[in-house]
Amino acid sequence: MSATGIGASVRRKEDFRFVTGRGQYTADIARPGQAHLYFVRSTHAHAKILRIHAGHASRMPGVIAVLTGEDFAAGKLGSLVCGWLIHSKDGTPMKMAPHPALPVDRVRHVGEPVVAVIAERADQARDAAEAISIDYEELPSVVDPAKAQAPDAPQIHEVAPNNTIYQWQLGDPAATEAAFARAASVTAIDLVNNRLIPNAMETRAAVAEYEPGTEQFTLWNTSQNPHVARLVLSAFVGIAPEHRLRVIAPDVGGGFGSKIFIYPEELVALWAAKTVRRPVKWTSERSEAFVADAHGRDHVTRAELAFDAEGKILGLKVKTIANLGAFMSTFSSSVPTYLYATLLSGQYDIPAIFCEVDAVYTNTVPVDAYRGAGRPEATFVVERLMEVSARRLGVDPAELRRKNFVKNFPHQTPVIMNYDAGDYAASLDKALALADYAGFPQRKREAAGRGKLRGIGLSAYIEACGIAPSQAVGSLGAGVGLWESAEVRVNPTGTVEVLTGSHSHGQGHETTFAQLVSHRLGIPIDNIAVVHGDTDKVQFGMGTYGSRSGAVGMSAISKALDKVETKAKKVAAHLMEASEADIVFEDGKFTVAGTDKAVTFGEVALNAYIAHKFSGAELEPGLKEGAFYDPVNFTFPAGCHVCEVEIDPETGRTDVVNFTAVDDFGNVINPMIVEGQVHGGIVQGIGQALMEACVYDESGQLVTGSYNDYRMPRAGDFPPLVVDTTVTPCPSNPLGIKGCGEAGAIAAPAAVMNAVTDALGTEDIAMPATPLAVWTVLQRQAHREAAE
Amino acid sequence: MPAVSMTVNGTPVTADIDPRTLLVQFLREHLRLTGTHVGCDTSQCGACVVHVNGEAVKSCAMLAVQADGAEVLTIEGVAQGDTLHPMQEAFRDNHGLQCGFCTPGMIMTALDMVRRLGPVLDDHTIREELEGNLCRCTGYHNIVKSIAAGARAMAADDTPRRAAAE
Repeated sequence: MSATGIGASVRRKEDFRFVTGRGQYTADIARPGQAHLYFVRSTHAHAKILRIHAGHASRMPGVIAVLTGEDFAAGKLGSLVCGWLIHSKDGTPMKMAPHPALPVDRVRHVGEPVVAVIAERADQARDAAEAISIDYEELPSVVDPAKAQAPDAPQIHEVAPNNTIYQWQLGDPAATEAAFARAASVTAIDLVNNRLIPNAMETRAAVAEYEPGTEQFTLWNTSQNPHVARLVLSAFVGIAPEHRLRVIAPDVGGGFGSKIFIYPEELVALWAAKTVRRPVKWTSERSEAFVADAHGRDHVTRAELAFDAEGKILGLKVKTIANLGAFMSTFSSSVPTYLYATLLSGQYDIPAIFCEVDAVYTNTVPVDAYRGAGRPEATFVVERLMEVSARRLGVDPAELRRKNFVKNFPHQTPVIMNYDAGDYAASLDKALALADYAGFPQRKREAAGRGKLRGIGLSAYIEACGIAPSQAVGSLGAGVGLWESAEVRVNPTGTVEVLTGSHSHGQGHETTFAQLVSHRLGIPIDNIAVVHGDTDKVQFGMGTYGSRSGAVGMSAISKALDKVETKAKKVAAHLMEASEADIVFEDGKFTVAGTDKAVTFGEVALNAYIAHKFSGAELEPGLKEGAFYDPVNFTFPAGCHVCEVEIDPETGRTDVVNFTAVDDFGNVINPMIVEGQVHGGIVQGIGQALMEACVYDESGQLVTGSYNDYRMPRAGDFPPLVVDTTVTPCPSNPLGIKGCGEAGAIAAPAAVMNAVTDALGTEDIAMPATPLAVWTVLQRQAHREAAE
Repeated sequence: MPAVSMTVNGTPVTADIDPRTLLVQFLREHLRLTGTHVGCDTSQCGACVVHVNGEAVKSCAMLAVQADGAEVLTIEGVAQGDTLHPMQEAFRDNHGLQCGFCTPGMIMTALDMVRRLGPVLDDHTIREELEGNLCRCTGYHNIVKSIAAGARAMAADDTPRRAAAE
């Protein structure tokens, strides 16, 4: 292993600019002559717009334009869309309601943008927005997904009776019923997977520019997938033809899914830039982000797991209601279906599974993919069921899992997925050893001596990453292919530019992708630049989400490197007057087998361009190759996380005292970066389990709309995390990579709640297990004991 | 419009500004020092931390006119040319950043922590001291490691530096 090749913990190439304050985020961009955009947002969850009073505002200092839904409608632009078509079990397509960037006559959630104000300065736009008043006629609203389908619930969209978007199912109902009929015992649980607010530290922003002379738009945007944004904005919304819209996603300050989607605000910025013939800049305030960025999770689930008398699983039944909010966001439909129910087999050999999912509209912010997207929800169902079952059956939770693990690969589950490789017992064993699982009873006794309740919980998760084989997702309703592209441009001096359709917003691609190239071409990592996030530079790409950039994005680079190597060998053969078949490429040198003839990669690069040693009839000059890589299967990262908590019964405060993660991500390019991804994911997962409550009141107001109320995880909430790996290389891609970006957020919530319920001795507590929630459970127990 | 004068990263600056201009807006929009970030509007995330007269402040919670006459240090003034400050180096060595958005505030807070508490900082102290800085990427694990390592490196470092970055 070289110091900068595959497997080395190379310091990140991108860090110099970030630690010196020289990153270039969208909000840092200032275009000459730019105006500023500010939105008046709905203060009601559901209301008719009667009249907008904007006359005074439009005459205020600096105001350039005040634009409403009627103005937008006059522009004849298309609606925002959800790009994954789900069919209900009766065969009907999902009920997708129109989603105009600015509404004409009705608002459907608090925070929905209603009026756009453009002014010379940001403070002037905001002042004018505050001077606009809107007459509304309030309508009844519904925010709870479990109540959205009630006959008397207010109807949010005409196209969706009972607010039902689809009623979908997966698996074999008859086989599952038969399995339950012969079960020796059944574990049943009711779960709420709490709604979360992503909160990337950089809020969303857009700078839009229109050049009338060439009819060319440019959009700088906080995006995880600029090419997909361009495609949707041109093909569906029709703001500009694809070749006249350039989308640039510069440095992006975290995404976690929330920056995948195509939102109203950047569309309005583009439209406004053309309307006022000025560059237009919008930067979201954090208070806006709470009510404008797509939220995550929000499932209500009933799940049942059937066992035979020996503790082997016979079948699983799941019924989920998924809240998609007031409009269908870009990929919202796929999250509670194909990214959720397909993972319900967990790490276990389950012969029969049946899952039903109803997706509903409510008067809340749209819900879409958030770190893990469907897979945390599936893991929470499966791993809570396993822990509760072990307690009910009186067996060790680790052993119940071990007994039911999938042990032979490939393994076809009853819910589409075909697991290609894994060793679940290996990660379980390593996690139990690192967490000193055997020593827990003694630690529990010791804690009890201090008046503390101690609990331990496991989560043996699996996820499907490397999203995704295009043909497979196409057959399931996806509107796009999910391959990735790469181009490797070798310069005459032997330096290399790698153009990738993946996008880095914290993942460190500028380093890991360069490591792959350094490893393959034997050139210093400093001679490699990774170019991403600009539709004018990179021809096309699908972007970064679903832990796909290593498994899919880097595989595309690997494929392009294969082609570069093939071409370079031809050049080397001409240089050394040898047969191409005798050329060997190793450690940055081309040699002729059986001789001492050698040329360096740099010499070959130069000669590929000066083209003095071969004729045009023999070989094309240049050294530049591109590739599209379409995966043949999903990848299946899996592992075991162990959480140990201590609860103070006086205050209800839960402290995570130990957290151990052992993950199998296949081959690892940069262990330091992979560990960092796991740390971040775990803390988001613990945040979901213990802190992050997203609360709507009955009238549809978001009660937790700022950092005063939405409890973000802070440094003081955590112990040092113990993170390790096991490795079964992924057989489905050339690099053996599975993906690591979401594992922590997927695994941690179940591990934490299994530990909390172990400490409390009751299953009857929902996420987030805040001090109030824990204290309330303990008080209830105390009252019950007193009554007995 | 009132005039403000201050020294930012060693350079005297003067400007006529709207009196409601926040220090962070002055730095980002008037001086184009965009390394100081805005991550919230309730002064809780800490992405905007700078030093004013040697002490860490959230520049979103201070008017520019309040900094009149002050010495201000931002993230752009911490390194010496291309030579990183030991705390910046520690963040890079220990993978203390991912997306980089919270990083300037974290580093400015860390420098203030060392100034007040000295170069030997234990895990618990660092975590408690980071109460005013949010990060969504790293899970804080490597930020804590970076600050401990950076603090130690500062004790061993004898490079003369601008007062506020010592």
